[in-house]
Amino acid sequence: MSTAKDVTDATFQTEVLDSEKTIMVDFWAEWCGPCRAVGPILDQIAAEHSEKLSIVKLNVDDNPETAMKYGITSIPAMKVYRGGEVVKTVIGAKPKPALEADLAEFLA
Amino acid sequence: MRQVIIVGSGPAGYTAAIYAARANLNPLVIASSVEFGGELMKTTEVENFPGFPDGVMGPDLMVKMQEQAEKFGAEIVYDDVTKLELEGDVKRVTLGNGDVHEALTIIYATGSAYRKLGLDDETRLSGYGVSWCATCDGAFFKQKKVAVIGGGDSALEEATFLTRFADIVYLVHRRNKLRASAALQDRAFADPKIQFLWNKEVAHVYGDEKVTGIGLLDTETGEEKTLDVTGMFVAIGADPRTHLIHDQLELTAEGTIKVDGRSSRTNVEGVFAAGDVIDPTYKQAATAAGSGVVAALDAEKYLAELSPELLALATTPAEAAAV
Repeated sequence: MSTAKDVTDATFQTEVLDSEKTIMVDFWAEWCGPCRAVGPILDQIAAEHSEKLSIVKLNVDDNPETAMKYGITSIPAMKVYRGGEVVKTVIGAKPKPALEADLAEFLA
Repeated sequence: MRQVIIVGSGPAGYTAAIYAARANLNPLVIASSVEFGGELMKTTEVENFPGFPDGVMGPDLMVKMQEQAEKFGAEIVYDDVTKLELEGDVKRVTLGNGDVHEALTIIYATGSAYRKLGLDDETRLSGYGVSWCATCDGAFFKQKKVAVIGGGDSALEEATFLTRFADIVYLVHRRNKLRASAALQDRAFADPKIQFLWNKEVAHVYGDEKVTGIGLLDTETGEEKTLDVTGMFVAIGADPRTHLIHDQLELTAEGTIKVDGRSSRTNVEGVFAAGDVIDPTYKQAATAAGSGVVAALDAEKYLAELSPELLALATTPAEAAAV
């Protein structure tokens, strides 16, 4: 799974919505195999593009309020936030090139 | 260059890797970047794999197979194959990261991919109430009404799993009889949360941003009715994953890779296939594992009959270092 920083229901406002940077939240859970598979790929993308995009993760079991607010019904779900708004949603574990293509506008 | 490259990391791929590694063939397993471990990574309790009287979690079983293969020297790469060149004595495998690996034999064990209903709205609402993985997404349907589409083992396993969360699970099947095994049927029929809707096909999936209902066509009366559900789990089977090789290997009428009799030999010399990708019928973890054994032994025999000049190309890294 991803080594990204955890955000929670309590910190979501300050760390994600109020962030001045473009930030992607990986909605995940312990029991989700595909989440564990995609985690290391997100770590690589974060490391290679740290200037452009921060990636954090939110455990949907521990933080149901935020998961419900953003209508999560399938994980892994990756949502990109800019200025407090969702500007991109990617659902499902995908190979690195496919994720990079989905996120191209935020990585370039 | 390798003696063996195994494409796929489900029960067939890892079992082939265990046998090939124990035969000192130093196999390289291309396990996929996000789907390593195969379909069992998305299941919970596996009760029918021999040796586990108390059941075993699918992901745990696959990690054990991977560890067993690695223990005997199999090397595993977590990337996806983008191109396969199978003709000739030396096979070439290109990966997503651009690396090219060569081998004298290929064991192709890519399994199968979930079948879709084929409706536009199914694709549009995928991840927004339409799912192919109850264990991944079931927890988001607490106290909701959901539908499972299908009548086989996986449909009943998903339906039973979803009763942990959902208030009502509708099992929608286009026939009036299930294909699933007796044990699973008994469990589902006894479950008060599962309601069976027979002779129904999904004609529509409704919802703007999320699933709000599905339109079910009665196959006998032709009448369509809307079922209010917020989740639809599709479990109508799987198709063999042959897109990388469909113009290189001969396929059967069912779309699986054609093999010679009970062997794993494809129509291309040095290319062997195993598991669900050759199996239109049984598709079990245990049959896939057995099929992986066959492929490793066939590859071993093929290598033993190659010329010494060819075999010399495939030095293992350890041998190369020793020279």
